[in-house]
Amino acid sequence: MWSWVLHRVTGFLIFMFLLVHVLDTAMVRVSPETYDNIMGTYHNWVMGLAEAGLVAAILVHAFNGLRIVVVDFWSKGPKYQKTLLWIGVAALVLLLVPFLVIHLSHIFGGE
Amino acid sequence: MTAIADPKAPRTRQTGPGRRVTRTNAEAVGWVFMRVSGVVLVALVLGHLVANLVVPADGVRSIDFAFVAGKWSSLGWQLWDLLLLWLAMIHGANGVRTFINDYATKSTTRLWLKVLVGIAFAAVVVLGTLVIFTFDPCPMVDGALLDGAPGFCTP
Repeated sequence: MWSWVLHRVTGFLIFMFLLVHVLDTAMVRVSPETYDNIMGTYHNWVMGLAEAGLVAAILVHAFNGLRIVVVDFWSKGPKYQKTLLWIGVAALVLLLVPFLVIHLSHIFGGE
Repeated sequence: MTAIADPKAPRTRQTGPGRRVTRTNAEAVGWVFMRVSGVVLVALVLGHLVANLVVPADGVRSIDFAFVAGKWSSLGWQLWDLLLLWLAMIHGANGVRTFINDYATKSTTRLWLKVLVGIAFAAVVVLGTLVIFTFDPCPMVDGALLDGAPGFCTP
Protein backbone atom coordinates (compact mmCIF):
# COMPACT_ATOMS: atom_id res chain seq x y z
CA MET A 1 0.00 0.00 0.00
CA TRP A 2 2.67 2.52 0.99
CA SER A 3 4.92 1.38 -1.87
CA TRP A 4 1.95 2.04 -4.17
CA VAL A 5 1.54 5.59 -2.77
CA LEU A 6 5.31 6.21 -3.05
CA HIS A 7 5.30 4.92 -6.63
CA ARG A 8 2.58 7.42 -7.58
CA VAL A 9 4.15 10.38 -5.75
CA THR A 10 7.67 9.73 -7.10
CA GLY A 11 6.33 9.04 -10.60
CA PHE A 12 4.46 12.35 -10.67
CA LEU A 13 7.47 14.31 -9.37
CA ILE A 14 9.81 12.71 -11.90
CA PHE A 15 7.40 13.49 -14.77
CA MET A 16 7.14 17.15 -13.70
CA PHE A 17 10.94 17.39 -13.54
CA LEU A 18 11.21 15.73 -16.96
CA LEU A 19 9.08 18.49 -18.54
CA VAL A 20 11.30 21.19 -16.97
CA HIS A 21 14.49 19.27 -17.79
CA VAL A 22 13.73 19.09 -21.53
CA LEU A 23 13.01 22.85 -21.50
CA ASP A 24 16.27 23.72 -19.69
CA THR A 25 18.27 21.49 -22.04
CA ALA A 26 16.53 23.15 -25.01
CA MET A 27 18.41 26.34 -24.04
CA VAL A 28 21.46 24.85 -25.82
CA ARG A 29 19.67 25.92 -29.01
CA VAL A 30 19.45 29.53 -27.81
CA SER A 31 23.12 30.17 -27.00
CA PRO A 32 25.92 28.66 -24.90
CA GLU A 33 25.60 31.66 -22.55
CA THR A 34 21.85 31.13 -21.95
CA TYR A 35 22.38 27.43 -21.29
CA ASP A 36 25.31 28.03 -18.92
CA ASN A 37 23.26 30.62 -17.00
CA ILE A 38 20.36 28.19 -16.57
CA MET A 39 22.75 25.40 -15.54
CA GLY A 40 24.30 27.84 -13.05
CA THR A 41 21.06 27.66 -11.05
CA TYR A 42 21.47 23.87 -10.85
CA HIS A 43 24.94 24.39 -9.39
CA ASN A 44 23.44 26.20 -6.38
CA TRP A 45 23.34 24.08 -3.20
CA VAL A 46 19.55 24.40 -2.77
CA MET A 47 19.07 22.94 -6.26
CA GLY A 48 21.78 20.41 -5.43
CA LEU A 49 19.72 19.15 -2.50
CA ALA A 50 16.58 19.08 -4.67
CA GLU A 51 18.55 17.07 -7.21
CA ALA A 52 19.59 14.60 -4.50
CA GLY A 53 15.88 14.22 -3.71
CA LEU A 54 15.14 13.71 -7.40
CA VAL A 55 17.73 10.94 -7.68
CA ALA A 56 16.32 9.33 -4.50
CA ALA A 57 12.81 9.50 -6.03
CA ILE A 58 14.09 7.96 -9.27
CA LEU A 59 15.76 5.06 -7.41
CA VAL A 60 12.65 4.43 -5.29
CA HIS A 61 10.49 4.41 -8.44
CA ALA A 62 13.01 2.23 -10.34
CA PHE A 63 13.40 -0.50 -7.71
CA ASN A 64 9.72 -0.58 -6.80
CA GLY A 65 8.94 -0.72 -10.51
CA LEU A 66 11.28 -3.68 -10.99
CA ARG A 67 9.59 -5.37 -8.01
CA ILE A 68 6.19 -4.86 -9.68
CA VAL A 69 7.54 -6.41 -12.91
CA VAL A 70 8.90 -9.44 -11.03
CA VAL A 71 5.65 -9.89 -9.05
CA ASP A 72 3.59 -9.65 -12.26
CA PHE A 73 5.68 -11.88 -14.51
CA TRP A 74 7.31 -14.44 -12.19
CA SER A 75 4.93 -17.16 -11.01
CA LYS A 76 6.45 -17.12 -7.52
CA GLY A 77 6.61 -13.32 -7.49
CA PRO A 78 3.50 -12.66 -5.39
CA LYS A 79 4.70 -15.19 -2.78
CA TYR A 80 8.01 -13.40 -2.36
CA GLN A 81 6.76 -9.82 -2.82
CA LYS A 82 7.75 -8.83 0.73
CA THR A 83 11.26 -10.26 0.28
CA LEU A 84 11.50 -8.48 -3.08
CA LEU A 85 10.54 -5.23 -1.36
CA TRP A 86 13.44 -5.57 1.07
CA ILE A 87 15.84 -6.50 -1.74
CA GLY A 88 14.71 -3.29 -3.46
CA VAL A 89 15.26 -1.25 -0.29
CA ALA A 90 18.76 -2.78 0.09
CA ALA A 91 19.62 -2.00 -3.56
CA LEU A 92 18.29 1.53 -3.06
CA VAL A 93 20.49 2.16 -0.02
CA LEU A 94 23.49 0.54 -1.72
CA LEU A 95 23.26 2.94 -4.69
CA LEU A 96 21.90 6.04 -2.98
CA VAL A 97 24.46 6.33 -0.16
CA PRO A 98 27.57 6.38 -2.38
CA PHE A 99 25.77 8.69 -4.81
CA LEU A 100 24.89 11.15 -2.05
CA VAL A 101 28.50 11.15 -0.80
CA ILE A 102 29.77 11.97 -4.31
CA HIS A 103 27.00 14.43 -5.20
CA LEU A 104 26.99 16.35 -1.91
CA SER A 105 30.79 16.66 -2.00
CA HIS A 106 30.40 18.27 -5.46
CA ILE A 107 27.66 20.58 -4.21
CA PHE A 108 29.27 21.67 -0.94
CA GLY A 109 32.94 21.18 -1.78
CA GLY A 110 35.31 23.48 -3.63
CA GLU A 111 35.11 27.02 -5.00
CA MET B 1 -25.73 -9.21 -1.96
CA THR B 2 -25.14 -11.09 -5.18
CA ALA B 3 -22.47 -13.72 -5.48
CA ILE B 4 -19.55 -12.81 -7.71
CA ALA B 5 -18.90 -14.95 -10.76
CA ASP B 6 -16.37 -17.74 -10.77
CA PRO B 7 -13.06 -16.31 -12.06
CA LYS B 8 -12.91 -18.93 -14.80
CA ALA B 9 -16.49 -18.28 -15.95
CA PRO B 10 -16.83 -17.20 -19.59
CA ARG B 11 -17.01 -13.46 -20.02
CA THR B 12 -20.50 -12.12 -20.34
CA ARG B 13 -20.82 -9.06 -22.49
CA GLN B 14 -22.70 -6.35 -20.66
CA THR B 15 -23.83 -3.20 -22.32
CA GLY B 16 -25.53 -0.18 -20.93
CA PRO B 17 -24.47 2.48 -18.49
CA GLY B 18 -21.15 2.07 -16.74
CA ARG B 19 -19.95 -0.71 -19.00
CA ARG B 20 -17.78 0.46 -21.85
CA VAL B 21 -17.39 -2.08 -24.62
CA THR B 22 -14.08 -1.70 -26.37
CA ARG B 23 -12.91 -3.43 -29.50
CA THR B 24 -9.21 -3.15 -28.78
CA ASN B 25 -6.90 -4.25 -26.01
CA ALA B 26 -5.43 -0.76 -25.54
CA GLU B 27 -5.35 -0.93 -21.74
CA ALA B 28 -3.63 -4.34 -21.80
CA VAL B 29 -1.08 -3.06 -24.31
CA GLY B 30 -0.52 -0.05 -22.02
CA TRP B 31 -0.09 -2.34 -19.00
CA VAL B 32 2.63 -4.35 -20.79
CA PHE B 33 4.23 -1.16 -22.14
CA MET B 34 4.58 0.33 -18.64
CA ARG B 35 6.49 -2.77 -17.49
CA VAL B 36 8.69 -3.25 -20.56
CA SER B 37 9.53 0.46 -20.92
CA GLY B 38 10.06 0.64 -17.16
CA VAL B 39 12.81 -1.99 -17.27
CA VAL B 40 14.49 -0.27 -20.25
CA LEU B 41 14.16 3.13 -18.54
CA VAL B 42 15.92 1.88 -15.39
CA ALA B 43 19.02 1.17 -17.52
CA LEU B 44 18.72 4.37 -19.60
CA VAL B 45 18.12 6.66 -16.60
CA LEU B 46 20.85 5.13 -14.42
CA GLY B 47 23.32 5.44 -17.33
CA HIS B 48 22.22 9.07 -17.83
CA LEU B 49 22.71 9.87 -14.11
CA VAL B 50 26.11 8.17 -13.90
CA ALA B 51 27.39 9.85 -17.10
CA ASN B 52 26.23 13.32 -16.02
CA LEU B 53 26.48 13.40 -12.23
CA VAL B 54 29.07 10.80 -11.23
CA VAL B 55 31.64 10.49 -14.05
CA PRO B 56 32.47 14.24 -14.56
CA ALA B 57 35.09 15.48 -12.08
CA ASP B 58 32.81 18.10 -10.51
CA GLY B 59 29.52 16.24 -11.00
CA VAL B 60 26.57 18.50 -11.77
CA ARG B 61 28.90 21.51 -11.62
CA SER B 62 30.78 20.17 -14.66
CA ILE B 63 27.67 20.41 -16.82
CA ASP B 64 27.78 23.35 -19.22
CA PHE B 65 27.35 23.93 -22.95
CA ALA B 66 30.77 22.43 -23.75
CA PHE B 67 29.89 19.29 -21.77
CA VAL B 68 26.64 18.80 -23.72
CA ALA B 69 28.50 19.49 -26.99
CA GLY B 70 31.04 16.81 -26.10
CA LYS B 71 28.33 14.25 -25.38
CA TRP B 72 26.13 14.98 -28.39
CA SER B 73 29.07 14.85 -30.78
CA SER B 74 28.62 11.09 -30.48
CA LEU B 75 25.66 9.44 -32.20
CA GLY B 76 25.50 6.91 -29.36
CA TRP B 77 24.58 9.54 -26.74
CA GLN B 78 22.19 11.24 -29.18
CA LEU B 79 20.30 7.99 -29.66
CA TRP B 80 20.51 7.22 -25.91
CA ASP B 81 18.93 10.57 -25.05
CA LEU B 82 16.36 10.27 -27.85
CA LEU B 83 15.16 6.87 -26.65
CA LEU B 84 15.20 8.14 -23.06
CA LEU B 85 13.11 11.17 -24.04
CA TRP B 86 10.48 9.18 -25.92
CA LEU B 87 10.15 6.27 -23.52
CA ALA B 88 10.16 8.47 -20.41
CA MET B 89 7.57 10.84 -21.90
CA ILE B 90 5.22 8.04 -22.99
CA HIS B 91 5.70 6.18 -19.69
CA GLY B 92 5.19 9.38 -17.65
CA ALA B 93 2.24 10.73 -19.65
CA ASN B 94 0.49 7.35 -19.47
CA GLY B 95 1.12 7.27 -15.72
CA VAL B 96 -0.38 10.73 -15.28
CA ARG B 97 -3.36 9.62 -17.41
CA THR B 98 -3.94 6.89 -14.82
CA PHE B 99 -3.94 9.48 -12.01
CA ILE B 100 -6.47 11.58 -13.92
CA ASN B 101 -8.74 8.54 -14.37
CA ASP B 102 -8.42 7.73 -10.66
CA TYR B 103 -8.73 11.14 -9.06
CA ALA B 104 -10.70 13.42 -11.41
CA THR B 105 -14.32 12.49 -10.79
CA LYS B 106 -15.99 14.71 -13.39
CA SER B 107 -15.78 13.48 -16.98
CA THR B 108 -15.27 17.01 -18.34
CA THR B 109 -12.39 17.58 -15.87
CA ARG B 110 -10.85 14.27 -16.99
CA LEU B 111 -11.14 15.26 -20.63
CA TRP B 112 -9.51 18.68 -20.13
CA LEU B 113 -6.70 17.34 -17.96
CA LYS B 114 -5.96 14.68 -20.59
CA VAL B 115 -5.95 17.29 -23.36
CA LEU B 116 -3.49 19.32 -21.25
CA VAL B 117 -1.22 16.29 -20.75
CA GLY B 118 -1.47 15.51 -24.47
CA ILE B 119 -0.41 19.04 -25.43
CA ALA B 120 2.49 19.02 -22.94
CA PHE B 121 3.52 15.57 -24.19
CA ALA B 122 3.53 16.56 -27.87
CA ALA B 123 5.29 19.89 -27.25
CA VAL B 124 8.07 18.41 -25.09
CA VAL B 125 8.68 15.37 -27.32
CA VAL B 126 8.82 17.46 -30.51
CA LEU B 127 11.01 20.14 -28.88
CA GLY B 128 13.38 17.58 -27.31
CA THR B 129 13.73 15.60 -30.54
CA LEU B 130 14.47 18.76 -32.54
CA VAL B 131 17.02 19.92 -29.96
CA ILE B 132 18.92 16.62 -30.07
CA PHE B 133 19.14 16.55 -33.88
CA THR B 134 19.54 20.25 -34.72
CA PHE B 135 22.11 20.85 -31.98
CA ASP B 136 25.14 22.83 -33.18
CA PRO B 137 28.21 22.29 -30.96
CA CYS B 138 30.02 25.27 -32.52
CA PRO B 139 27.41 28.06 -32.84
CA MET B 140 28.57 31.05 -34.92
CA VAL B 141 27.09 34.53 -35.19
CA ASP B 142 28.46 36.75 -38.01
CA GLY B 143 31.38 34.39 -38.53
CA ALA B 144 32.45 34.51 -34.89
CA LEU B 145 32.24 31.59 -32.48
CA LEU B 146 29.97 32.31 -29.50
CA ASP B 147 31.45 32.41 -25.98
CA GLY B 148 31.03 29.13 -24.14
CA ALA B 149 31.57 26.93 -27.21
CA PRO B 150 33.79 23.90 -26.55
CA GLY B 151 37.54 23.92 -27.21
CA PHE B 152 37.32 21.48 -30.13
CA CYS B 153 35.59 24.20 -32.23
CA THR B 154 38.89 26.13 -32.51
CA PRO B 155 41.53 23.74 -33.86
